[in-house]
Amino acid sequence: MRTFDYVRATDTQEAVRLLADDPAASCLAGGTTQLDLMKDGILEPPRLIDITRLPLHGIERRGESLHVGALATMEELAAEPIVAERLPVVRESLLLGASVQLRNMATIGGNLLQRTRCRYFRDPGVAECNKRSPGSGCAAVMGAARMHAVLGVSERCIALHASDLAVALVSLDALVHIQGPTQRRTVPLTEFYITAAESPEHENVLDHAELITEVEIPLPPPTARSGYLKVRDRVSYEFALTSAAVLLVIDGGTIRQARVGLGGVGSKPWRAYEAEHVLTGAPVTTATFLDAAEATMRDAWTVPGTEFKVPLARRTLVRELQTVAGVTS
Amino acid sequence: MRDVASERDVDSRSTVNERVVTLDVNGRTYTLRLDTRVTLLDALRDRLGLVGTKKGCDQGACGACTVHLDGRRVLSCLTLAAQAEGREITTIEGLTGADGPHPVQRAFMEHDGFQCGFCTPGQIMSAVALMAEGRAGSDEEIREYMSGNICRCGAYPNIVAAIRAVASGGGHDAHL
Repeated sequence: MRTFDYVRATDTQEAVRLLADDPAASCLAGGTTQLDLMKDGILEPPRLIDITRLPLHGIERRGESLHVGALATMEELAAEPIVAERLPVVRESLLLGASVQLRNMATIGGNLLQRTRCRYFRDPGVAECNKRSPGSGCAAVMGAARMHAVLGVSERCIALHASDLAVALVSLDALVHIQGPTQRRTVPLTEFYITAAESPEHENVLDHAELITEVEIPLPPPTARSGYLKVRDRVSYEFALTSAAVLLVIDGGTIRQARVGLGGVGSKPWRAYEAEHVLTGAPVTTATFLDAAEATMRDAWTVPGTEFKVPLARRTLVRELQTVAGVTS
Repeated sequence: MRDVASERDVDSRSTVNERVVTLDVNGRTYTLRLDTRVTLLDALRDRLGLVGTKKGCDQGACGACTVHLDGRRVLSCLTLAAQAEGREITTIEGLTGADGPHPVQRAFMEHDGFQCGFCTPGQIMSAVALMAEGRAGSDEEIREYMSGNICRCGAYPNIVAAIRAVASGGGHDAHL
């Protein structure tokens, strides 16, 4: 690991100013991605700004929105009674991710900003990585790509965004509150990420001197049902091969509202609008769910190692739609 | 004094950044001058001689370095020592009380919850936290919430049995 200067920020403005003053500085929150990548020699910031003591830990319901401080941990958010009651899809996505130790460290803001698990990106001995060195190529396209993405990708980069939580949050139209040196702004999470097809080296719209301060989750109607299904190579403590976040409002055998997010497939957390379009207003039947799944994944761009994800993602979605709707056949 | 990080890396940046860090470990306070890169794990092992906490993968995958920070289980390999300042740190050495080993430690011995023993301190720190979290209700729950601790010897059935015994009030001493 390269040496670095360690600075502990005491308020949000100071943290943003420290970032603005040093274009190479990085923030340190839970550390589960940042320190890992620094040990690997992938990130080499000369200055780390420890933001863990900023007053951004609170989780608060205001009206029909849940305001989650960027530094709340995954375990803290999962333990909130309101999350169990109104946001099962968020709770399940959290508890199916990582391990308890990591969830006690990892923050909600950091989770959204986590870097890809692409083994080629994480190996400094691999020269071809358009994410690390724009224009150098992509080793993953010709390599072991089982854990890679098929949506929002191209031959330039197939890196997966591996967050489960972010898949649930894009499906719920969560908002990201951002503090910059001179202004605050709010960006819908669905517009926060940049796909690898658009730009391998830019993953989101956050500027260097901007900090996520809060994630706002609009509460779904009390009648909504939701859940998260994660399919993986081992039963716990593993990244998704595919996953599905589903929220349905059902009234008299008809789907009134549908929200669908797909994980394990996108270079960004994927919102499946085309599935929602099929589901909305349709009868609650497996035939509807099969149609919805068929409508997804049509733009998939695969390499031999990722071909299996197209049918698996569709089946994952059908299964979770059945589970959430309580329909088995 | 040995600092693993500063020994291992030859750095092109000439200045080594140091910081005075005060750590509260198992009820004792230590003040150390540390390279900013030193993790809590390396500070515990190499500077304080608390070698019960193990360095397995050193990248947050195996759980061998699990300690409690303010009562919550975390990975000391992905925590900078500087980040742990002002927090209450408990290691496996801090579990043993005046009346001997912690009930979970006794249960691991009684149920043969290990083979080589390298992952055991992390397993035990995780298990103690698991019970405080109220997640030892069934074997299935124990397996799920212990999944961040890998055992290459495959002692999992006995680990689950040890935890279940303490959680259900069995064994010699069920008082936590």
